[in-house]
Amino acid sequence: MTPTAVLLSLCYVVASALFILCLRGLSGPESARRGLVLGEVGMLIAVVGTLLHKDIVRYDWILGGLVLGSGIGVGISAWIPMTKMPERIAMSHAFGGLASALVGVAEYNRQLGHLSHFEMGALGFEVFLGFLTFTASWMAFGKLQGVITGAPITYKGQNFVNLLMFIGVLVALVYLIIWPENPAVFYALCGAGLIIGITGVLPIGGADMPVVISLNNSYAGLAACATGFALGSQILIISGALDGASGFLLSLLMSKAMNRSFANILFGAFGTDIAPTQQMGTAKAYNEATVEDAGAVLKASQSVIFVPGYGMAVSQAQHAVRDLAASLERRGVDVKYAIHPVAGRMPGHMNVLLAEANVPYDKLFDLDDINDDFARTDAVIIVGANDVVNPAAKKDPASPIYGMPVFNVEQSRSVIVLKRSMNPGFSGVENELFFQPNTMMVLGDAKKTLLSMINELKDGGH
Amino acid sequence: MTAEWVFNLYVFVLATFVGYQVISRVPPLLHTPLMSGTNAISGISLVASLIAAGSDHRLSQILGFIAVTCASINVVGGFLITDRMLRMFHKKKPAPLAATPAAKSLAGAKP
Repeated sequence: MTPTAVLLSLCYVVASALFILCLRGLSGPESARRGLVLGEVGMLIAVVGTLLHKDIVRYDWILGGLVLGSGIGVGISAWIPMTKMPERIAMSHAFGGLASALVGVAEYNRQLGHLSHFEMGALGFEVFLGFLTFTASWMAFGKLQGVITGAPITYKGQNFVNLLMFIGVLVALVYLIIWPENPAVFYALCGAGLIIGITGVLPIGGADMPVVISLNNSYAGLAACATGFALGSQILIISGALDGASGFLLSLLMSKAMNRSFANILFGAFGTDIAPTQQMGTAKAYNEATVEDAGAVLKASQSVIFVPGYGMAVSQAQHAVRDLAASLERRGVDVKYAIHPVAGRMPGHMNVLLAEANVPYDKLFDLDDINDDFARTDAVIIVGANDVVNPAAKKDPASPIYGMPVFNVEQSRSVIVLKRSMNPGFSGVENELFFQPNTMMVLGDAKKTLLSMINELKDGGH
Repeated sequence: MTAEWVFNLYVFVLATFVGYQVISRVPPLLHTPLMSGTNAISGISLVASLIAAGSDHRLSQILGFIAVTCASINVVGGFLITDRMLRMFHKKKPAPLAATPAAKSLAGAKP
């Protein structure tokens, strides 16, 4: 090894350690920002060190890419609203996957003729996972943005077709490992990655996007890992493994919070297996309430728990929620927030939105920490959440969400549901909570309703 | 050659274990910052992109240029937005309740 190569390796060792410390910092909000700085320093060391690499002979393309990418990165992070965070994350997985895949293609072309079987295997994984992550993430992005319908898209024999493609990929991969000098098969593998990314996400419903995003996170990490194996670069292997482990762990947590297996989410096409008769049911009576009714209940309450869901993000109601909570607290009411692991469209979505609205994080409670409190609570305000408060998950074995851990909101004295309309939404799961005698349905845009509730509390007195 | 890939496999397995252990201590509160943070870190594929873009091979230069662009979007954007998110998290200002369940789980008391 030349002295420069040794120096470079040492840079990578330091950077890897700093990355692990960066993630370690995320175990609490106080240490998180300090940890993040360590990660940034690690990245700087790794990038500057790499510029000394012996294979780098010119800097014009590098400089151009760095300037362009950094500019776009700064722009996106500065302007994107917090409600669009799931879309931003999906987009960044797409970029990460593409970067790995393109490096793989470049490496294949550069090394063609002297690729070992092992390097070829790693490159194959790299381009397949990279291209798959690229299209799958754009699909997730499209579903989140509503460009593509959030409903699962299915056709007859879908799982069979997907299975065939998967087998095809395995065959191509093995073929390439044995005979690496076949660009046609290599590019077919790239194409298969692109196609499977699309067809794989089609049958998955919008409400399952937290799992898809977490899985893409994991794939993007594994693609980076495969790059590391192909190039013999340990820092890529370590960072990719960290990313892969994080995505995998989050996917596990999400599917546990929905009481569903990976297989069920990926191939289950949630919501399509409900018989239409059950979906329609008979028009049951529900208790439609005005803002004044809800205000009267809140005035008589000593304790209130907010349960936010995706609807809060859609109507950008997080600031209105905070304002209502503040005016309740001024009246001496004890206010808490109950956050379900799968509320929203990505892990931790609701926490970030409420933090943005200046809600202190010690008011935010996880499922296990708050579920016993509902029985002692005067009023629950549900802001655009649905499945996570559906008692059918506890009682009705026929329900598609049966077994999913949900909030015991029905145990509180009164339940105020803020909802756009009485439509069950695309998941088609009816929520009997809405028809219970202690439930008040306040229909309309959540943000507007919350703002008029604040006014109601203001001029209503006692 | 064989020895090298076995060595790399060691690195991979150990890093996965470390990652799993470290990440299981992250509270649900910080799951979004975790995701955007690991995303920034996996932008380390920038290192590989730099080598491709700086090589003497024309196709590698072009593909590498696109890869450098994508990876640096993730690195720069990822760190910036994670910091923007983390800045928003704060406790209640006047002396908060010390032993709320949330505070306990934040301290990493349970996995």
